[in-house]
Amino acid sequence: MLITCPYCGPRDVIEFTYQGDGNRQRPQPASQNLDAWNAYVYDRLNPAGDHNEIWQHSGGCRAHLRVVRNTLTHEISSTAFARGDHNSVARHRAEDKP
Amino acid sequence: MAQSWLCVGGLLYSLPQSLKWMTIRMAEYSAFSLLKNALTGNKDWRPAWRKPDPKASYDVIVIGGGGHGLSTAYYLAKEHGITNVAVLEKGWLGSGNVGRNTTAVRSNYLLPANTRFYEHSMKLWENLAHDLNYNVMFSQRGCLNLAHTPAQLDDYARRGNAMRHLGVDAELMTTAEIARLVPALDVSATARFPIVGGLMQRRAGTARHDAVAWGYARGADRRGVDIIENCEVTGFLRDGDRITGVTTTRGEIRAKKVAVAVAGSTGRVMRLAGIETMPIESHVLQAFVTESLKPFIDTVLTFGMGHFYMSQSDKGGLVYGGDLDGYNSYAQRGSLPIVDEVMSEMLALFPGLARVRMLRSWGGVCDMSMDGSPIITTGPLPGMYLNCGWCYGGFKATPASGWCFAWTIAKDEPHGLNAAFTLDRFYRGLVIDDKGQGATPRLH
Repeated sequence: MLITCPYCGPRDVIEFTYQGDGNRQRPQPASQNLDAWNAYVYDRLNPAGDHNEIWQHSGGCRAHLRVVRNTLTHEISSTAFARGDHNSVARHRAEDKP
Repeated sequence: MAQSWLCVGGLLYSLPQSLKWMTIRMAEYSAFSLLKNALTGNKDWRPAWRKPDPKASYDVIVIGGGGHGLSTAYYLAKEHGITNVAVLEKGWLGSGNVGRNTTAVRSNYLLPANTRFYEHSMKLWENLAHDLNYNVMFSQRGCLNLAHTPAQLDDYARRGNAMRHLGVDAELMTTAEIARLVPALDVSATARFPIVGGLMQRRAGTARHDAVAWGYARGADRRGVDIIENCEVTGFLRDGDRITGVTTTRGEIRAKKVAVAVAGSTGRVMRLAGIETMPIESHVLQAFVTESLKPFIDTVLTFGMGHFYMSQSDKGGLVYGGDLDGYNSYAQRGSLPIVDEVMSEMLALFPGLARVRMLRSWGGVCDMSMDGSPIITTGPLPGMYLNCGWCYGGFKATPASGWCFAWTIAKDEPHGLNAAFTLDRFYRGLVIDDKGQGATPRLH
């Protein structure tokens, strides 16, 4: 399986670390909304088909990537920097006040 | 005179009864039936299970004709007298993980909920061939976990003590004992990861995985269960929230209770019932077989410095595997980096296997739960029962999984052995995380 890193180009999957489901939304750190935390930690969409997921190019430029990959065929349809949404304030649930 | 006539009458009356009793008691497969059929041209064997068309309704539908679904149906009929049961299988019987695993059976867990459950399974395994009247080739050849550092050996001693505390057999082995047991192993101090000892469970071993599926299928079939192959569930019938049946590629089937035991396909089937998220990820696990060798290793062996396990089949092939590929997948095939890793782990233990050829490899889809432990529960919807989260340890659980699931379905409450394996334990702080890995399914 090859993943095309926006910096480094197509690289073998062994250079990358899988960070799982990219649909999860982390609540605000001070949030006491247990349902939101539970959903973030434990609930997965786990689709059979296109899966929105986070990979890190840990054996390369170390960038975090948002990858859309088909879980039935392992075919990758898009890769982009996760920057701007992954682990950032924008990714926190807007409605979820601490 | 009158008394003796009564006696004769009683005999005449009881003779057909005892003949009937004998027919029921006489095992379908035995040395006698083998001989009888050999002498009559093997024309009288019945198929191991029928191929019925689905009826309009059943008391219980079990979705999934793998090991767990079939054993559930078997124990529903045998233990609870519920025989109006259908097992729906989307492909052919045993085409999923029950035919794709590396056949190891063990109960060497740390946490009490797991230890008790898997030990119950072990006890069922020990009598399974007799119970099913089907040779499942259960071979208690032992399972040896190798330790490569003193700290790891300490950890194994702790696990062994926890097992013995609950009545499960466990013993620590020294390097010298291990060298005698597995002569081919590199036990030298210059090995890539020197072996400092190991934890052995002597009652662990292997079983013939296909025979387990076929034996349970025949046992369930003979008790009246309909096993319906090539019947994929395409949706659920509902009355409000309550599940009242399923739609399938072979029509609508109604049931009072619908049980789901579909392992890697859990996410797909639950989505059909409108449940979008589950504490489950589906991952692919590969397994490998070499060409046949002469007797080489007579135990199940695991490597402690990576993830590798191996045993030798009765045919002579080394059966082995390692880690998951590590990303969500529903494809029953993996990629080459894991193949490379597994082979290098094998050679770290057995340098002498470098020129043995790998014959076959394949992949199975594992339902990885968030704590590495299974889910056997009522719900999550009324009329529904759920069995999943087997990670890649489901084969050894096959008897106890079906036994506990059948209890849960029949009595609408869990047995003590599966009471901890709830779906909501993740949200209540009651996870059962034997390896202490946290909610990262690919690491369990």
